Amino acid sequence: MDTIFRPYHPSSGQRSDRSAGDRQRHRQKVREAIRNNIADIIAEESIIGKDKNRVIKVPIRGVKEYRFVYGENAPGVGQGGDGDLQPGQTIGQGKKGAQGQQAGDQAGVDYYETEVSLDELIEVMFEDLELPDLERKHLREIVTVDHLRQKGFRKKGIRVRLDKKRTARARVRRKKSAHRSGAANLHGERFPFHEDDLRYHHVVKEMRRESNAVVMAIMDTSGSMDTMKKYLARSFFFLLYQFLRTRYQNVEIVFIAHHTEAREVTEEEFFHKGESGGTFISSGYNKALEVINERYHPALWNVYAFHCSDGDNFESDNTAALNSARELAKISNLFGYGEIKPLGAGYYGSSMIQYFSQIQEPNFLTVQIQRKEDIWSAFKTFLAKDRANIKNEVNYE
Amino acid sequence: MSREWTTEDLQEWNQRIVELVQKFGLDPYSQEFEVCDYEQMLSYMVYSGMPSHYPHWSYGKGFEKLKTLYDYGLSGLPYEMVINSNPSIAYLMRDNSLALQVLTIAHVYAHNDFFKNNFTFRTTQTEYTIETFKAHANRVRHYIEDPSIGLEKVERVLDAAHALSLQCRRNLSIKKETEKEQKERKIDESRPRHDPHHAIHRRVEHVEPDLTKVPPYPEEDILLFVRDHNPHLAEWEKDLLTIVHEQAQYFIPQMETKIMNEGWASFWHKRILESLELPQNLHMEFIVRHTQVLCPTPGGLNPYHVGMKIWEDIEERWDKGRFGPEYDLCTASERSDWNIKTMQGRNKIFVVREVERDTSFLRRFLTEDLVRELKLFEYQTRGNDKVISRVADEENWRSIKDTLIQNVGTGTIPVIKVEDADYNSERTLYLKHAHDGRDLQLEYAEKTLQYLRQLWGHEVVLNTTVNGKETLLCVSENQLVFKPVQ
Repeated sequence: MDTIFRPYHPSSGQRSDRSAGDRQRHRQKVREAIRNNIADIIAEESIIGKDKNRVIKVPIRGVKEYRFVYGENAPGVGQGGDGDLQPGQTIGQGKKGAQGQQAGDQAGVDYYETEVSLDELIEVMFEDLELPDLERKHLREIVTVDHLRQKGFRKKGIRVRLDKKRTARARVRRKKSAHRSGAANLHGERFPFHEDDLRYHHVVKEMRRESNAVVMAIMDTSGSMDTMKKYLARSFFFLLYQFLRTRYQNVEIVFIAHHTEAREVTEEEFFHKGESGGTFISSGYNKALEVINERYHPALWNVYAFHCSDGDNFESDNTAALNSARELAKISNLFGYGEIKPLGAGYYGSSMIQYFSQIQEPNFLTVQIQRKEDIWSAFKTFLAKDRANIKNEVNYE
Repeated sequence: MSREWTTEDLQEWNQRIVELVQKFGLDPYSQEFEVCDYEQMLSYMVYSGMPSHYPHWSYGKGFEKLKTLYDYGLSGLPYEMVINSNPSIAYLMRDNSLALQVLTIAHVYAHNDFFKNNFTFRTTQTEYTIETFKAHANRVRHYIEDPSIGLEKVERVLDAAHALSLQCRRNLSIKKETEKEQKERKIDESRPRHDPHHAIHRRVEHVEPDLTKVPPYPEEDILLFVRDHNPHLAEWEKDLLTIVHEQAQYFIPQMETKIMNEGWASFWHKRILESLELPQNLHMEFIVRHTQVLCPTPGGLNPYHVGMKIWEDIEERWDKGRFGPEYDLCTASERSDWNIKTMQGRNKIFVVREVERDTSFLRRFLTEDLVRELKLFEYQTRGNDKVISRVADEENWRSIKDTLIQNVGTGTIPVIKVEDADYNSERTLYLKHAHDGRDLQLEYAEKTLQYLRQLWGHEVVLNTTVNGKETLLCVSENQLVFKPVQ
């Protein structure tokens, strides 16, 4: 019997990272799983309104490894700790022995949480939508300085951009040629740098076309909008904002709350501050138009307007609302109206959806949201409309 | 953490351990130790200790899970990882203290001895372990890189094969009959037995054996059966099934002897370290570590603890002669003082480590006293909780023992055999679950059957019992139908 000791070798790349490929593949599977459960995940309250760099935990049910295993009626045997045990006593889920067990012979242990950053999650979400890159009208693109890039070398420049390596090389070259021509003796004599040796990086400004988008989040904050309705609205705006953020460099969001009159508010106020009173939908639209004209000229901005309301509008305002809506639809890339009617709200008040059906603009649409599961589908419908519009635009050109 | 030891230290201690190993009569393969860091260790654990292993996403998942467990401190650092090969290879974590290394080295030799001598491991061909796994890895990589096959397709087959890999024969020391031999057996069995009183007995009617049936006898190696009887599989697909099957079979003995093996290693590391005359500081740490490893996990079952207790008990009983009819028949008070100094303990445990597996080990040597001492109880699962159904008292200790025997080794894998490859003459694969009171988890059964259907290429039917009713689970194209059996 012999024994050999192999001392420690710091991982040669191949060895340490032997599981890297499999980990990455697993990661892909997890993403697929997230994609399949996206509707559920989106509906989780905890995600909405989180900071974009926050890492969130998402429960994954996807990547199970199935085998034939016994179900619940199979008894097991455990060891008691201190103290007496009584039949009927309940013991919390014991830790699963992690002593290098063979592949799981227990069902259900595959439910685990994985950490993804919100950005990653959103990326997955939008991969799911298979959206084309939104090519926008040229008019709405602004040329901006994106970053500086090195490009070539110059003999003149500022000191900080001096390229020492190239400078040294130029000197050597000059020295060699001087030697060949016999102008200088290589041995012994000093051969200093000359101004001609200096080389500087040349830097150019990269210009790129940048696109801007503004989201007009218009919400009804009248007395009839309860917490649940607001929560649904909020989820929707969150998605919209996140989506646009992936497509445009600059996304701004304008919060407009309205009851009988409209105000531009902060995000905090928008979602939390309760108001009361009746509803003039037109007031919200007019405020939006006003803001757009003041600050977000449609020539420079892609405007996405969305309005959430429970549809309880004062009858007298309906015509005005219709007109403003038409006008808003004209200057927006997309204008959507989401009517929030939670199931079990008891009564079905008046609905604006029917009334808005008179609007013929191709970039206007209405969706109905009844439960939180609807948000994702509503959102998809909304963007599908956007896509259709883009196709039309392309056709015109 | 600065290291307090050098490879020379390890070698020195190893020398002393080896002397003891030989003195105690352990008989291990040659041993190789490799010092590795934490990440390398995790990788080895995920790939079953193999220096080379084929890729599959499930190992990536295993890695993440393991890393999470360790990072959050839910599980202690891995002390040891040893593989069954000749020479045996073991890994030592660089960051572990000297005391822990010494303990691990001793522990590893006992595992190594167990691998070499226990009968269940005889089929594992330890000379070729490393090369076999490497060859498997090369073949799978080759298929992945083959442009006409590719990762997706390979993964699809591997996913399915992994789901079914443990549905294979458990007792590998029984020779597997070929189909031809099975048919011959069938013919033999159908022949009327020789009857010396045939003159007065009615003649037994001769029944022609049905030799057209495939398989002749129920078949447990599902992957191999599919490989050999689905003509539509490509060669590379068949090869993948073979690879997965062979690897699963390699690990079956380890599953079958978990408690014995861990118990054996703990028993010996304790013995060895106690005889090593460790300096004070190392000895203190050894005691702490030993207690950690051997600590019973309340609610769970620590194989190190259970196994070691049984081994110690066997040694003590055979040393004191507490076995045989005389001992069994005496009164309780006589028993407690019984010591006829037979001193066969050492000898007995070496025989037991050779000829038993967990099920038989527990059946023979888990006594009533041990069931009590180990505080074993039986539980039923309700949702996320375990509800105690039986505690170790006079009435129940036997049922607890029986339940435990059902749950060790390959007992947690349902026995499912292929009965007919041409059920209803439609090339439907008919399987039967040998129901022993435990129902299958249906979601898992359905998904697993779907994998089998994918490999088989036709409908698959499983005969099982659900809530006391015999039921057929029929899986066809993405659809599961339950049919009660009349």
